[in-house]
Amino acid sequence: MSLVRPFDKLPTLNSAAILLVGTDESQQQQLAEAILKEKKNFKINIHVATSLPLPAERDHIRPRIDLIAFMINMQSKHSLRNVEASLSHMDANFFLGKVCFLITGVGRMNHCSVEMNAVRKLGNLYCSPVLFCELDSEGIRVATAQRLLRMLQICAGHMPGVSALFFSSLMKSSIDE
Amino acid sequence: SSTENVDPQKIAFLLRKQWTLYSVTPMYKFSYGNLKEYSRLLSAFVAAEKQKGLAVEVGNDLGIKVTLSTLLGLKGTDQDQVAVLVQIASRSQLPFENAENKVVWSGWFCCISGDDLLESVPEDFTCLSLFLANGAESYTAIVGSWFQKTFDCYFSRLTISPLNLAWMAAMWTGCKVDSHMAATELVFSVPCIPQSLDISYAIHSEDAKALWDTVQKTPGEVTQEEVNLFMDCLYSHFHRHFKIHLSATRLVKVSTSIASAHCDGNIKVLD
Repeated sequence: MSLVRPFDKLPTLNSAAILLVGTDESQQQQLAEAILKEKKNFKINIHVATSLPLPAERDHIRPRIDLIAFMINMQSKHSLRNVEASLSHMDANFFLGKVCFLITGVGRMNHCSVEMNAVRKLGNLYCSPVLFCELDSEGIRVATAQRLLRMLQICAGHMPGVSALFFSSLMKSSIDE
Repeated sequence: SSTENVDPQKIAFLLRKQWTLYSVTPMYKFSYGNLKEYSRLLSAFVAAEKQKGLAVEVGNDLGIKVTLSTLLGLKGTDQDQVAVLVQIASRSQLPFENAENKVVWSGWFCCISGDDLLESVPEDFTCLSLFLANGAESYTAIVGSWFQKTFDCYFSRLTISPLNLAWMAAMWTGCKVDSHMAATELVFSVPCIPQSLDISYAIHSEDAKALWDTVQKTPGEVTQEEVNLFMDCLYSHFHRHFKIHLSATRLVKVSTSIASAHCDGNIKVLD
């Protein structure tokens, strides 16, 4: 089984690849479609997976992954456990800004099986942004797609002067200072 | 849990009944000294509400009597307010039966370990934030609206989240039960189209307690990690046998020999 590595392949000109990892396949599909609908001036590859590691046999045709978004549903403990298990199959270099957590399902507090603390700890432990988005709502899905696209452009190096390393500085709360 | 004189009979009456939970905002100018007066006013209010729409002579006593009393022994800490019990009894309408009052509806207010909240409550407010009702929904609505009007408070249904239900499952499993232990049952709801599917997972109480005993490190103390571990063990056991991830479903009901609770806000204490 191969580790996903951020720098083991050459980038393709004017294109970027994002990998969505999560247990809810229909939600991944919807988000992928929303991302594709957005106006962009580069070629985008969206890969979806239920968990890591990715199958080794398709490794040679897979492009370089620029951003990995882990999708966790607060209403399903299983989705959290799945992401936690997948995180151990990743190259540490990814956690320099090329990973983010998408948390959905917080809107219905009475259906939540995952504690907020668990999610916050995950973000702190892996130094990656935690984005709360109710992906069931179309407006929020579109907004999330736009945010991911922006992050993806930066992760793929399309923005001169802006690197994925900056994302960790955005996560520092002013109270921490 | 307190040093008050506890009336065991009164407390025993709370057991083995299904209670619907409500959350109540602090009550303005509620006085424990006026319980008799409140009983009188509420009796009149209930009678009036029940008579609405009925062609009954005004002043005719429908045989409804409401009593408010205090319930001792239900405080979590000494700062908690004393619990208040409201009961609606109806006198038998049949002439040959002796006029014995039969309790048709009960409700009680309590405040359990509300230390942090009580510190910030202003004067004139009484904090009895939990209300439990047993009996006809129509009576609950009438009593609720009287309290809301009289003390400027608000009642809302209290639902229990899967996280809290898991805590209850762990805590109740850990309790020692002398008599015969009923099976511990967990009910999970699976979102399916068109109708949701319910999975019921029953475990021998002894096995559940044995599992909890290996998980709990400090007796008398329960942590989130221990609750998670306890539930994860149950989930993986289920997955090994049925290949279903219960962790992807929603826990909706917990039932042990001590008590049972449903996410809609219904609880029953058995022991």
